[in-house]
Amino acid sequence: MSGYWSGVLSILAINVIFAYGVFLPVATGQLNLGGAGFQALGAYTTGYLAATYAAPAAVTIPLGMLVAALVGFLIAFPILRTRGVYLVLATFAFAEVVVGIIINSPALGGPMGLSVPDYVGAGVPLVAALLATVFVFYLMSTRFGLAMRAVHDDETVSELMGVSVRGVQVAALSIGGALAGLSGALYALSFGFVEVHAFSAVASIYVLLYVLLGGTQTPWGPLIGAAFFTLLPEILRPVLPEVAAIVARLTGRAARAPDDSWRFVILGLVTIAMMALRPEGVVTRTLVERLRPRRRLRAA
Amino acid sequence: MLILQQIVNGVLLGSVYVTVAVAFTLTIGVLNFLNFTIPTLFMLSAMIAWAGARYGLPLGLAGPLPWPAALALGIAAAVAASLLVERFTFRYMRARYGDATEHAIPLVSSLGFLLVLENLVRIAYGTDTQRFDGPAANLTLNLGGILVRTPQVASLVVVALLVLALTWLLRTTPIGRGLRAIAENPDAASILGVDTRRIVPVVFVLTGVLCGIAGVIFAINYREVSPQMGDDIGAKAIAGMVVGGLGSIWGAILGGLVVGLTETLAIHFFGADTVQVAVWGLLLAVLLARPQGLFGHHSIGKGKL
Repeated sequence: MSGYWSGVLSILAINVIFAYGVFLPVATGQLNLGGAGFQALGAYTTGYLAATYAAPAAVTIPLGMLVAALVGFLIAFPILRTRGVYLVLATFAFAEVVVGIIINSPALGGPMGLSVPDYVGAGVPLVAALLATVFVFYLMSTRFGLAMRAVHDDETVSELMGVSVRGVQVAALSIGGALAGLSGALYALSFGFVEVHAFSAVASIYVLLYVLLGGTQTPWGPLIGAAFFTLLPEILRPVLPEVAAIVARLTGRAARAPDDSWRFVILGLVTIAMMALRPEGVVTRTLVERLRPRRRLRAA
Repeated sequence: MLILQQIVNGVLLGSVYVTVAVAFTLTIGVLNFLNFTIPTLFMLSAMIAWAGARYGLPLGLAGPLPWPAALALGIAAAVAASLLVERFTFRYMRARYGDATEHAIPLVSSLGFLLVLENLVRIAYGTDTQRFDGPAANLTLNLGGILVRTPQVASLVVVALLVLALTWLLRTTPIGRGLRAIAENPDAASILGVDTRRIVPVVFVLTGVLCGIAGVIFAINYREVSPQMGDDIGAKAIAGMVVGGLGSIWGAILGGLVVGLTETLAIHFFGADTVQVAVWGLLLAVLLARPQGLFGHHSIGKGKL
């Protein structure tokens, strides 16, 4: 496997884990626009421990997860006092504060970034992504997953039926934080360098769009959304220059090298179209039911 | 005296935030829609104005435009884009799925528009920061030792007039009454004869005008434009709106000024890197301690404007 493709696979694995980290709160009805804040916590914890104490990855990755989960748990209580638009803004503000604190911390490299002396190959993120996927699928199949879906659909009725709405929401935000932190930790170790620009508001927006476009009703959604949009630029890479050349021939103007911006234009257009036509995402519960091989009915 | 100069600068910077924050708060107050394209409209207006002044109209219709025409072109572009956003985001908001996150559909859609418009501008004009040579940029007034550039004073007057005109529109005209009725209760307003299909686009026209004017004001005063310029302004305007209270226009005005002052004073006392922590910390604190904002009401949809 070439270095290029192993890099692509690492990014894919990291994005899938990150998407699951945002999926869990969103599946509970909390639109989390602060995913990058949790990712940054994981990345900087891991990076700092590796750089300062030369701790091995087996220690730094779990600690990165733990810090992100703990912060998720602590901020869940004040953040969950807010609802709707306010919750979106509160999570957004949280991520900005995390980034702002990192910029002002000389120990974390400030705006210069932090170089991480430890490295893991593509295998570790891939295994982690596999484990995270299995974990989220399992979680959604348990009673807790049922409670998450119930809270998402109707908080009042869930409360009446004896579901601890607050408990489920806090747990979803903390576990989601842990997964986002894991993706950050793997990011730090895969690229050997972390800087705050990688965890900007735009990163939070992208991951939320992956999740929503994939669909939040089943754990298939984030997997498909993240995979599609991570691999889209790879698919476009050979296609775009051809299109540009054809356009140039038709208009008679010199072709400019197509840049990265097109993939974001496409992501944006797909978002607008999906929200207009199928706002519940590509993969829905009904779709999964329909595709599942039918079990033979037991003789009554 | 240096502090006084910083306060004046803060108010001038705040007036740009105020204009954008009012656009945010109007859309939230009337439609309960957090419109993330607002910073992009701001950027679009400034970039189109710059492109008009530099290259002129496309397809060789006209050469480089004089600056008043270029600024008008920028504002017109923002209004047109805003109506496009209305067509493709807000009209699909009708509750169809009984889903707890369905209020987010237009919000997510507007994030899509943010990506499309910003990156199209990037493709068309490149990612670099461009110099915008506006009118009379170097004329300064000396008010008792405090230096103020003429365009800044003009901008302040324009922003004040804009806000007064908006207040007049909302208080006294039939359109304003329709908007307030929709803000109160869209269904009741519709039953009682408010034509929501006609009135809702008005919100987007106003949004386009406010963002367009804010964009050209920024371009004239700070004399540079870039496809990224909306990100920071948008974030600060959201902070201003939240500090003031969602849905309240006077709250957005005060909030925008508070954020402008916080920013310049944080730079003055603690250095440029602390701005983000100061502004967003303020926002987070307000959200958690007093979610209705400093001057806002207890819930969206009641007694605003």
